[in-house]
Amino acid sequence: MTALDASPRPEKPRPEQPHPGQRQVEHPSGVAAVELRGARMGLGERVLWDGLDLRVAAGEFIAVLGPNGSGKTTLLKVLLGQRELTGGTVRIGGRAPGGAGTGVGYIPQQQAMDIDVPLRARDLVGLGLDGHRLGLGFGARRAFGTRFGTRFGAPAGGRSRRATVDAALAAVGATEYANSPVGRLSGGEQQRLRVAQALVGDPSVLLCDEPLLSLDLANQRVVSELIDARRTEAATAVLFVTHEINPVLPLVDRVLYLVNGQFRVGTPDEVMTSEVLSELYRTRVDVLRLRDRLVVVGAEDGGWEHHA
Amino acid sequence: MIDLLARLFDFTGTGAALRLPFVQTALLAAAVLGLIAGLLAPLIVTRGMAFAVHGTSELGFAGGAAALVAGVNVGLGAVAGALVAAVVFGFLGLRQRERDSVIGVVLAFGLGVGVLLLAVYPGRSQNKFGLLTGSIVSVDSTNLWLLVGCAVVVVGTLAVYYRPLLFASADPEVAAARGVPVRMLSIVFAVLIGLSVALAVPAVGAILVLAVMVTPGAAAARVSASPLVVTVLAVLFAEVSLIGGVLLSLGPGVPISGYVATLIFLCYVGCRLFARLRRPTPRESGILSG
Repeated sequence: MTALDASPRPEKPRPEQPHPGQRQVEHPSGVAAVELRGARMGLGERVLWDGLDLRVAAGEFIAVLGPNGSGKTTLLKVLLGQRELTGGTVRIGGRAPGGAGTGVGYIPQQQAMDIDVPLRARDLVGLGLDGHRLGLGFGARRAFGTRFGTRFGAPAGGRSRRATVDAALAAVGATEYANSPVGRLSGGEQQRLRVAQALVGDPSVLLCDEPLLSLDLANQRVVSELIDARRTEAATAVLFVTHEINPVLPLVDRVLYLVNGQFRVGTPDEVMTSEVLSELYRTRVDVLRLRDRLVVVGAEDGGWEHHA
Repeated sequence: MIDLLARLFDFTGTGAALRLPFVQTALLAAAVLGLIAGLLAPLIVTRGMAFAVHGTSELGFAGGAAALVAGVNVGLGAVAGALVAAVVFGFLGLRQRERDSVIGVVLAFGLGVGVLLLAVYPGRSQNKFGLLTGSIVSVDSTNLWLLVGCAVVVVGTLAVYYRPLLFASADPEVAAARGVPVRMLSIVFAVLIGLSVALAVPAVGAILVLAVMVTPGAAAARVSASPLVVTVLAVLFAEVSLIGGVLLSLGPGVPISGYVATLIFLCYVGCRLFARLRRPTPRESGILSG
């Protein structure tokens, strides 16, 4: 299956009925990977969103769409524990967000790394594994010392740190440049490392903030396929903030569409319609299906063009 | 010309000088300073804080000058000035563009105030000049212990916080997402820089603090991208230039700054040349497969 194939895919497994042979997620069934209840985010006078209820199951792929300033990134910050809700509750795997212990991986948008930064590809990925832990990090033989416990993400069989990082690099096809300085890698190579860096900690929730922005089409496909592979293999829930749904349209289970304090949650077929978007934008918006792509006309004011 | 060179590279008195207690103190001070500078320099380079170090050293200079005029311990004044600057810069965080202009403003102010204070200072001109160019032979045992104390603080802090500090320095956005207290570490690192710069100012002078606090890291980062290798090389470069600078300055009896700056500059040029020879075509863009 290619990422750009828009044909309907077989129903994905849900944690309530795990597939035989599928890796069991850490949370007992019934606990959502991400759960927002009556969530409200106010910015002074403005309300970004209010009454937001969202329950994300393990292995589910949620695209978070909306124009600039609609609070997409703010939502990720809430899930990362960097912002407090002004109302309602948020739970990640049944726990309060924040800190590495919640098993959250994060992929930022691609940004140029300084060419001088003394950091190799493997160091960047390694920091995703244990960069939040105290200590030197130079002599770490084991992926996780006993001193700080092995509450989450401990690699099976206590693999060495190096083997864990090597495996994460290999999984994204970055073995060839594992020892190259990160500042000398291309944008596509850096984003693969970002995926490895987020996955090496074995997250149960993956938060992605425009990870495909400023990548070419081939690299967009590589990165979104890597993310998709993770959620099908390890039932990692994915929240994917993006301006542009088309590169991930075949992967998306549900869409959270935020516009000026209004929002809608549903499958792409339910939300990405002329009626729903016209209502959200309070103006006439047309959604056309052109081969395997969605074309949205009328929501151009900040909604759909790229901001590189 | 020959006379000048002969004067600058005069080793006749070096052997005798090495037996003098204050020279031994100076060598020890240089070694300790080299360790601190070498450990911090790669992180300074990673955080893009060279200019902040310069600003901190000028504030250290202003603090030292103020202490000189007020008649209190110059070292304490330098520490106070540098710490204030470092904490201010630490609070500014990592946003480079905004930070650079603020540092420029503060640096110019500190330098101006320092020069003014020295102009009205009635005492010996040797003291005035010492703050700008440094005189490691003036390091007494009290200052040596201060340096050793600072080294203990730096080594101890890095032993505990090195890994999250590297994460927060190289990759602040993801580090914050992973729960690393990026802002707190920014302040912690700024305090380490403030302490180290303040103690480096009397030894190598405000003007040359950049040479020891930044260049070793910049040089090492040219030849390796491994954080461990870069740190080891930076310590090595800092030690070679500082101890070498003290030894070279003994015979002629001139300030060490010129020697230190030249030695560390040679390390930097050497590293660049080595990198160029080893990697004739720097990898600008990667190959995509897939």
